[in-house]
Amino acid sequence: MLHTLTLAQALEKLKRKEISLGDIWADVQSSIDQQNTKLNAYLTLNTAAENERQAAAQLPLAGVPIAVKDNFATKGLRTTASSTVLDTFVPEFESTVTARLKAAGGVIVGKTNLDAWAHGSSTETSQYGRTLNPRNTDYLPGGSSGGSAAAVAANMCIAAIGSETAGSIRQPSAWCGTVGLKPTYGRVSRFGAVAMASSTDSPGPIAKTVEDAAIVLNHLAGHDDRDGTTSAQPVPDFTQTLGKEIKGLKVGVLYLDLPGLEASRPHFEAAMKVLSDLGAEVESVTAMDPRLAISVYTIVQRGEVSSNLARYDGIRYANDRSFFGDEAKRRIMLGTYTLSKGYADQYYNLAQKVRTLFMQDFEQLFAKYDVLVSLSSPGFAKKIGASEDSAMFGELEDMLLEPSSITGLPGINVPCYRDAKTNLFLGMNIMAPMWQEAKMIQVADAFERATTWNTWRSA
Amino acid sequence: MTDTSSNYQLICGMEVHAELKTASKMFCACQNDPFHAPEPNCHTCPVCLGMPGGLPVANKKAIEWTIKLGLALNCEINLFSKFDRKHYFYPDLAKGYQISQYDIPFCFNGYIETSQGKVRIRRIHLEEDTGKLLHTTVNGEKVSLVDFNRCGVPLIEIVTEPDIHSPAQAREYGKKLRSILRYLDIADCDMEQGGMRLEANISLAKPDAKELPAYKVEVKNINSFRFLEQAVNFEMQRQALVLMDGQTPAQETRGWNSHDNVTFPQRTKEDAEDYRYFPDPDLPPMRFTSAWVAELKNQLPALPETVVAKWQKTYAVEPRFAELLIESPAQTAWAESVWTAAVDAKLDVSKLAAAIVNKKLKVELGVTAPAEVVATFAATTSVEIIDEAELTSLVSEVIAEFPAEVTSYRSGKVTLLNFFVGQVMRKLGKKIDVQLIRSALERQL
Repeated sequence: MLHTLTLAQALEKLKRKEISLGDIWADVQSSIDQQNTKLNAYLTLNTAAENERQAAAQLPLAGVPIAVKDNFATKGLRTTASSTVLDTFVPEFESTVTARLKAAGGVIVGKTNLDAWAHGSSTETSQYGRTLNPRNTDYLPGGSSGGSAAAVAANMCIAAIGSETAGSIRQPSAWCGTVGLKPTYGRVSRFGAVAMASSTDSPGPIAKTVEDAAIVLNHLAGHDDRDGTTSAQPVPDFTQTLGKEIKGLKVGVLYLDLPGLEASRPHFEAAMKVLSDLGAEVESVTAMDPRLAISVYTIVQRGEVSSNLARYDGIRYANDRSFFGDEAKRRIMLGTYTLSKGYADQYYNLAQKVRTLFMQDFEQLFAKYDVLVSLSSPGFAKKIGASEDSAMFGELEDMLLEPSSITGLPGINVPCYRDAKTNLFLGMNIMAPMWQEAKMIQVADAFERATTWNTWRSA
Repeated sequence: MTDTSSNYQLICGMEVHAELKTASKMFCACQNDPFHAPEPNCHTCPVCLGMPGGLPVANKKAIEWTIKLGLALNCEINLFSKFDRKHYFYPDLAKGYQISQYDIPFCFNGYIETSQGKVRIRRIHLEEDTGKLLHTTVNGEKVSLVDFNRCGVPLIEIVTEPDIHSPAQAREYGKKLRSILRYLDIADCDMEQGGMRLEANISLAKPDAKELPAYKVEVKNINSFRFLEQAVNFEMQRQALVLMDGQTPAQETRGWNSHDNVTFPQRTKEDAEDYRYFPDPDLPPMRFTSAWVAELKNQLPALPETVVAKWQKTYAVEPRFAELLIESPAQTAWAESVWTAAVDAKLDVSKLAAAIVNKKLKVELGVTAPAEVVATFAATTSVEIIDEAELTSLVSEVIAEFPAEVTSYRSGKVTLLNFFVGQVMRKLGKKIDVQLIRSALERQL
């Protein structure tokens, strides 16, 4: 049962020598053996893990098994971004995220499935097949970091790394009932992360508890000489706000009146009551319509995607462009169009202006509120196959997260309701001002402690 | 071909690319030394190879140098600037786009003076160079290989306004630009290797035309100033013939064939290129302070223009000679120490400069010791006019002062003549034809 331990529990028990690292690995391995064939969370397992974990035992993360989304370059370990373009690609270099993870004593157990090139919110665009939601396998895990969220939810790792461009950490976390933390843009290095939309890509942890997410973020965050967009902002200890009460904190509630949220609304309102009961001052506020963010994000992201995928010409490494799947081709074409002469002003440049308006809107809101909260996803996980007829599936599912993505704000998903019949979850999205992850961690942690929705904490 | 171009006025602008000689590449830590690399693709990394997740980080030195060049070329500096992605597919372009600068170049609105007038600089921007294709045969199979050692080398592009009105001016502009780049010590400008590449946009207009011609022909990849002059000249003749025929020359890109001394069509520009420029999201925009720019300006060495003016003012050295002696800061420093030595020896620097340029002296530029240059020049130089009577009296004085030496000389030690010459010269305090002194001494001894 050691595979069900949270990261904090595992580290504590290892420290007290109550358990052995080998036993954790054995339990995680058997969990993978039993479930991965069906769930398809891992694309590649790290066969060198056993050697690596011996060396890591004395380090802060003590050699525990961590799942890593397959869009981080890992030296000597196949990295595909779930596209057959990179089917045989074995990097000769290490992404900063995995380098820091390893330096802290995390050991990669395997590389997890995602929507191909992280294009999607279902894992259904993966060229290696979809991942299933471990909470109910008739349903999708969300995406693009669906493999990492599923690996955590199914206890096939102790914690995981994902990446978010617009919802890709928080939305699968919401659907799988896990905690997902998207840091401020520039807090965690993108070096070695297969670029999707460079101006919003943010690597971050997917974990069992808020505490676990904070511990992992501590080891990932900070300036990187190899990523010019990382910030020199000092990195606090993100675990310091854990356990602190939230009395008197001002919480602004967003996006409650949007169409499509009717079924989720009562559950979310109950969650808001929990925050009020904890002493927070909770009130509903009006923000810029998140549906506008869909347009902004779609234009900016498609433009950057068309540019970022231009390097996959099959000359220096990997397969050629004929291996791209339909979704990548759709995005390349749309992005090429919006960046074209005569259209850039109408699309890309206009979108950047609206993006600035969103930033100003949030700035005003954060002048009044410590954190802003919303649902992470309009509803529960969708059934398998749901994305296949909808080219805009992801954007609609990620609508509530896209405003904070395009503005670079940090956000965290915590489970805030479980439907007893389907065993599916709703997630609450807590957003903080730039560089103030600690604040949202504080609120998320207080909520998690006050409720029973977290399946590890309540176990 | 007869000269048919005289009915038209040349309208020519230039685009010059030069590789900066920074230690590392523009956006990664790889060594910037493509021409001396021991083997292909040894100076590469995930960033310049366009591997998944490779991210560019801008080379600060290269940015500084570009701005220094701008200051040397009298440009204004954009205190806010950024890098943009310029997209096109080519096997030597690893990322499918080149990081360049689109609408906010580091430098704009400058000029270079030439003997035929100002050539205005429209802009100077910084970008990365591409790799190189090698078309060869391996195991009997014709293949194209790519060498990425050059990929990511910092490359500046200097664009002028269409202010060049003769082939000679094009050449003069190019040479001046190269000498400034070398002066700043920021580029080797090795033309053979492609470290500096010239492009000319050439068209012809009626002398009284108020507007620019409706077409232009771009001649690319010219790798010497002589070829540049020839290519501009050739295009003038070629385009004049077309125009006299009542046609408009095609808007196109042409290459220069240095074997046959002709330009040849490479591609027509009927379809406008669309590079889908957008700001590179991997590189944050840059802000500079005017204090920082002023500091860079302070660091500028004396530029060729200034040196020429100074030499003219101080030593009356003719600019046409001066310009040939200031190819590099090192050579300039050498020349200045030669001038100082010459002044000490009371020699005419302007004549010395002329003698050096006209190869009247056996001197190796930048190498021969200044004292030796001056001595050689002194030996060959003539002469100031001297009064015959004054010379005679000086010679008498010397003879009276050195009776012993006179005796030796008269008893056959004729080599002592040089000793007497020296003594006379010392008394003279100025340089006159040595032969005059010799004759005067011989007469009296």
